[in-house]
Amino acid sequence: MIEARGLTKRYGTTTAVDDLSFDVRPGQVTGFLGPNGSGKSTTMRMIMGLDRPDGGRATVNGLPYRQLPWPLHEVGALLEAKAIHPGRTAYRHLLYLAQANDIPRRRVDEVLALVGLENVAGKRAGKFSLGMGQRLGIAAALLGDPGVLLFDEPVNGLDPEGIRWVRTLLRHLAAEGRTVLVSSHLMSEMAITADHLVVIGRGRLIAETSVDEFIARSSGQYVRVRTPATEALTEALVRAGARVTTEADGALAVQAMAAADVGDLAGAAGIVLHELSPQAASLEEAFMELTRDSVEFGASADPAQPDGPAQSDGPGAPSPAGTGGAR
Amino acid sequence: MTAATPMADRVGHRPPGHYRWPGVLRSEWTKFTSVRSTTWSLLATVVLTIAIGILATAVEAQRWNQLSFVERLTFDPVRQSLTGILFSQLAIGVLGVLVVSAEYGTGTIRSTLAAVPNRPLVLGAKAAVFGVVALVVSEALSFAAFGIGQAILSGSTPTTSLSNPGALRAVVGAGLYLTLLGLFALGLAAIIRHTAGAISAFVGVLLVLPLIVQALPQSIIDDVGKFLPANIGVTMVGLRTPIGIDSFSPWAGLGLLALYAAAALVLGGWTMVRRDA
Repeated sequence: MIEARGLTKRYGTTTAVDDLSFDVRPGQVTGFLGPNGSGKSTTMRMIMGLDRPDGGRATVNGLPYRQLPWPLHEVGALLEAKAIHPGRTAYRHLLYLAQANDIPRRRVDEVLALVGLENVAGKRAGKFSLGMGQRLGIAAALLGDPGVLLFDEPVNGLDPEGIRWVRTLLRHLAAEGRTVLVSSHLMSEMAITADHLVVIGRGRLIAETSVDEFIARSSGQYVRVRTPATEALTEALVRAGARVTTEADGALAVQAMAAADVGDLAGAAGIVLHELSPQAASLEEAFMELTRDSVEFGASADPAQPDGPAQSDGPGAPSPAGTGGAR
Repeated sequence: MTAATPMADRVGHRPPGHYRWPGVLRSEWTKFTSVRSTTWSLLATVVLTIAIGILATAVEAQRWNQLSFVERLTFDPVRQSLTGILFSQLAIGVLGVLVVSAEYGTGTIRSTLAAVPNRPLVLGAKAAVFGVVALVVSEALSFAAFGIGQAILSGSTPTTSLSNPGALRAVVGAGLYLTLLGLFALGLAAIIRHTAGAISAFVGVLLVLPLIVQALPQSIIDDVGKFLPANIGVTMVGLRTPIGIDSFSPWAGLGLLALYAAAALVLGGWTMVRRDA
């Protein structure tokens, strides 16, 4: 169990984390979601007692991290893949951590086997690929067999097989009753891995909810309607209280009205429909919707980046700017 | 890829009590002995102390006949054999710096502090591991350089032996001098965190500060100069202080140096507690 209460961190005039409160409960994977630079890593470092909050507090199993009697037996963390001395072997890296918390030597061999690094245990970590470094970091997190685990962007730099492996491991750890907090800026990843979400933007809490609820609650749910009588239907819908926008291909995106009601309305008005389909926003879209205002460098996002926050007119998403919308 | 190993039976299992210093010391020992920079720095310390000691004594034995009367009168066979200390002090200082700064440079400090959140304990364990190794190596080197040097000088110049209390004091003192300088460098690194910055500061205190002091008015050079680590070293490693240098007695100087090292370590521990990792 991790509890954050009013966590605040300032760097000069920038507030990196702003009055952040949330709980991370055992037995489920909690996704810690936010755009790059939204304060995820800073928050995790404060939970770990590495950075001192300017306000508020974070506790793990009821205690501030610095007061934990055997930290590695209670908390395992993958904070940065490269928190490893390149000249030290994987085995020695894990051994020194084990020794600091009186963890028996055989456990080092166990976790090396668990992450599939037993054959390179004697190799210097500087020769490791990004993925191997990530596996070593995960081995370090599992060393004390802790009930609470924090992973900061664990799939970064992993190949598809590695990503699948991490995903399975996280779900497995949560199923064993452990508390698992995973940060990511990739919604698609969280949609598959997480049960619960803590969403932040610009250091502030945006949502703390289950994944399903998060999608349902977002304004991304709408009904797509195609009709030859676009103007007449738009007028009728707006009169009935729906919000209507036009999509790029001429279809109407109707919000605040259920599909059945849209059909009834069209029938009553004698309007022919070519398509009537309820659309559920993906987690990705819901996230974009929620964090649009809190993306630090939104306007300059790289257009080549598929999940760049500047793309508000992706396929399926109703354009809130209303390209020739109702009225 | 065997993620399915059952681990549930171990959740919550941990030893009684609290993490303690024996484990932290073992951990620091593992770190210290598992990187190549330790080997290289210690090797440099050995080579510089012995090789330069051999060179300095061999040259002096060679040209003894050409030395002036005053030069012969002020000749110090102990100091001559320990000339290498002037160079190896830099190598031991670099090692002291790296023990701390490498952790910040590579990010391992975050792994370390996640395991042992008590930062003064971490720094103390580092200082203890480094201090013991530095002391053993430095004393062994100091005695070896003295022995080799006297053997080379013997027959050409006056020599001395460890039965001379002044010689024993200088040889033991040279080892302590190196150790304390290394600990001072380790403390500096905890304050500065960057390898290059900490080494610069260490070299600055040792080699640049004396130059600055030399630029001061003559009347205060001695008053200020005797506080310099380099001058304490000069006093420490010879039978007698070279003429024209006003200084503390060897043991008082050593006490002062210990105070510098302690101050750097305390300040380093304090900044580690205060600052984010």
